[in-house]
Amino acid sequence: MEKEKHHISSYTSLAIVLISLLFLTFLSVFVATLHFSTFSVGVALIIASIKGTAVLTYFMHLKYEKRYLQLIVAGIFIVYAVVIVITFIDYLLR
Amino acid sequence: MSQNLSHDEHYDPEGAKYGMWIFIFTELFLFGGLFLVYAVFRAKYSEDFHHAAAQLDTFIGTLNTVILLVSSMTAAMSLTAIQKADYKKAIALVSFTIILALGFMVNKYFEWGHKFEYKIWPGSPVLENMEKGDLLFYGLYFMMTGLHALHVLVGMVLLAICIVKIKKRKINEEKFVLLENSALYWHLVDFIWIFLFPLLYLVT
Repeated sequence: MEKEKHHISSYTSLAIVLISLLFLTFLSVFVATLHFSTFSVGVALIIASIKGTAVLTYFMHLKYEKRYLQLIVAGIFIVYAVVIVITFIDYLLR
Repeated sequence: MSQNLSHDEHYDPEGAKYGMWIFIFTELFLFGGLFLVYAVFRAKYSEDFHHAAAQLDTFIGTLNTVILLVSSMTAAMSLTAIQKADYKKAIALVSFTIILALGFMVNKYFEWGHKFEYKIWPGSPVLENMEKGDLLFYGLYFMMTGLHALHVLVGMVLLAICIVKIKKRKINEEKFVLLENSALYWHLVDFIWIFLFPLLYLVT
């Protein structure tokens, strides 16, 4: 069996990702105290999405995985987005 | 074993990892379904959801977010350590991850306990008499955080198994897919919490 080289994430890079994630967490807590009303849901979800992407990319190592795994993962989120849209169309047009 | 039968153990890290990812997809849809229910009911009962979410303890929620993020990093670092054949560090990092997970569960215990003091639990008379939106919010709160906490427990067991296997050198710098998959599972737990936290605790 051919042996492939496995990318090893450095401790420093992982620590940098953590610091960014913590910063975004406190940012989203701070933004929540500003009471943007309807906006706040959007802002909170955008920050959460950035954090989620960072976890998938660096902690879950997707950045260094094969292209087709990356595409499948992206595809899953697209399918989920479609499910949300279809559900809301159904709900709003009832 | 008295006999030393040598045979090539089937080891397919690539296949194992893809299997894990497919499992993760099913988990995403399990929680995704709940998020969808949350979204629709939030649209329908936004006032009640605002009011009910304000009752949750943002401090504990934030603390648990920090705990999970740090633990996710230590899980990822353990993989770095094992690939560098640094067994001691790998065991220390996985152990630290489990300790953080335990901290998360302790916080959850106090958080739920606090709700129980106010006689709020699924099906409690106090909850049944609340507005319909509050009832739905707390129903989703207990369901989602409960299901998530169950995943934390499973993750702790998986990581504990990894520690034993690292000690026995069954997980080593050549064969570490079990640790890799356990770490992936742990990141999934973190990933789901990243979305649970703002939706339940912040958007008030």
